[in-house]
Amino acid sequence: MNAHPVEVQQATHRVDLLAISQLVTPGSRVLDIGCGDGQLLKLLEETRGVDGRGIEISQKGVNECVARGLSVIQGDADSDLVDYPDEAFDFVILSQTLQATHRPRLVVEQMLRIGRRAIISFPNFGNWRVRAALGFSGRMPVTRSLPYSWYDTPNIHFCTIRDFVNLCGEIDATIETSMVLHRDGRRSIPFGAVLWFWNLFGQQAVFLLKR
Amino acid sequence: MATNNADIANAAPTGSRQPTPHATGEADHPSSPVARFGADKPLALDSGGKLVDFQIGYQTYGALNRARSNAILVCHALTGDQHVASVNPVTGKPGWWSDMVGSGRPIDTDRYFVICSNVLGGCMGTTGPASTNPATDRVYGLDLPIVTVRDMVRAQAMLLDHLGIETLFSVAGGSLGGMQVLQWAASFPQRVFTALPIATGARHSSQNIAFHEVGRQSVMADPDWRNGRYFEMGVSPRKGLAVARMAAHITYLSEETLHRKFGRNLQDRDKPTFGFDADFQIESYLRHQGSTFVDRFDANSYLYLTRAMDYFDLAADYGGRLANAFLGTGTRFCVASFTSDWLFPTIENKAVVRALNAAGASVSFVEIDTDRGHDAFLLDEPELFATIRGFLTAAGEARGLT
Repeated sequence: MNAHPVEVQQATHRVDLLAISQLVTPGSRVLDIGCGDGQLLKLLEETRGVDGRGIEISQKGVNECVARGLSVIQGDADSDLVDYPDEAFDFVILSQTLQATHRPRLVVEQMLRIGRRAIISFPNFGNWRVRAALGFSGRMPVTRSLPYSWYDTPNIHFCTIRDFVNLCGEIDATIETSMVLHRDGRRSIPFGAVLWFWNLFGQQAVFLLKR
Repeated sequence: MATNNADIANAAPTGSRQPTPHATGEADHPSSPVARFGADKPLALDSGGKLVDFQIGYQTYGALNRARSNAILVCHALTGDQHVASVNPVTGKPGWWSDMVGSGRPIDTDRYFVICSNVLGGCMGTTGPASTNPATDRVYGLDLPIVTVRDMVRAQAMLLDHLGIETLFSVAGGSLGGMQVLQWAASFPQRVFTALPIATGARHSSQNIAFHEVGRQSVMADPDWRNGRYFEMGVSPRKGLAVARMAAHITYLSEETLHRKFGRNLQDRDKPTFGFDADFQIESYLRHQGSTFVDRFDANSYLYLTRAMDYFDLAADYGGRLANAFLGTGTRFCVASFTSDWLFPTIENKAVVRALNAAGASVSFVEIDTDRGHDAFLLDEPELFATIRGFLTAAGEARGLT
């Protein structure tokens, strides 16, 4: 939309949300799992003209979404995706939530069942800061992007970029696009052959998958 | 809500000759507006017959805008009535949903034109068993055909035609009211812009039918029921109806609420009397609920309306698949349930949400955390208010309401 230049959005939206929004085809049907207060859904409606739906576990988040005019269901990614019919959506998005699910593999499989494409973003546990924290201090890492202590973290299933690529192979998912993001908004080109490099230096990864 | 004193405990149902909606004239001549449908406009009933010469008592609040696009139909629950936000003419108490509906409330009468009609089979001005049958000039009693939720909704649609309202901005209600909301969305999707089914289900569960049957048997076991012809006999099955209400009232609450409000506290005494008086506060409270209910509600109407709920099974009307009831719908739904509601638990509400999802409908859903049970939908629940206010405001923008 012309009224909202990209620079403004970059100032107000998480970089991964902007990266995700650019993967979504305009006018498509989208389900955002773990949609929080609806920031991404709203962005997608405004800039991509999507028909958006959301699932959010917190009542506060759902109420904020409903008040913004979004169609959001209070529910749980681990248990509620089975309720959706096959190919109900063009894109099913899971942003920064995979590591908090109880059964990440099942969640990804369900996403690929109910959507033609799945977009997944997650923090990379293979990042050198994480490795260094664990390797040198011998303690579970607490960083700016992973701020929780081991005993109170909602993130129970961390993975590295390489782990995720392997999961895609195991469930026969095709990786159409993959990218890493940095906190300052810099974005890499799709990585492919230099996987070891980005698995070491990438902070967040975004994958576009299809069956 | 509860007042606990010895006077009330002693006011347990005893006498038979008390005012009822019929005796006070509300059934035939309500103090609210009434729409009459003559022989040229019969109402086809699911039971096969037709209701000829019937009427609908209703209330409206706020003003219809020029585009006729801001009307909200509120559907009342089992023992509610059209007095959603105004003083009830029988009890003298405020409307049953005056926290939700009114100036500045979530269903804001400054913005919306709110309509609430007494359901078919009710006893407050819409044709029901307490009404006079124009064909015989006698009270209908059990001569009234059985009515269903779909019949109620058909009658409401006729009322809207009568009022010149083609589409509703929203239809909202809890419990039996929520069943009507779902029926509206299924029967008349093109007339419903948004739907708010609250604390309800797409069918009445076996357990709920069981509770209703206890209530009906209680009414019919009262010798003053007289096979439903108590009006002519100058009596009223007050004891039976009061017991029915007492049993039903338990299902509207939760164990937590009962424990919090009453516990095992004794009623105005220091120790048990070793008798069958209302020693416990909860007993006194239930007796009060029973005795006040019979002052405002017709026993036969209670039979008809509980039966209508029992027969409700929306999926059954659509080949056994609930999603088929909503295929292709453009209505925006917002479903709400309560954690401690065991009459219409979250799982029943979620079955509706699941079906709406499968039908590709636009649906929002919230489960509100409260210990107040099924009755929570009638009470001051800020999370419910915030949800409904937000949902309606956003939908109003999409509808072009200012």
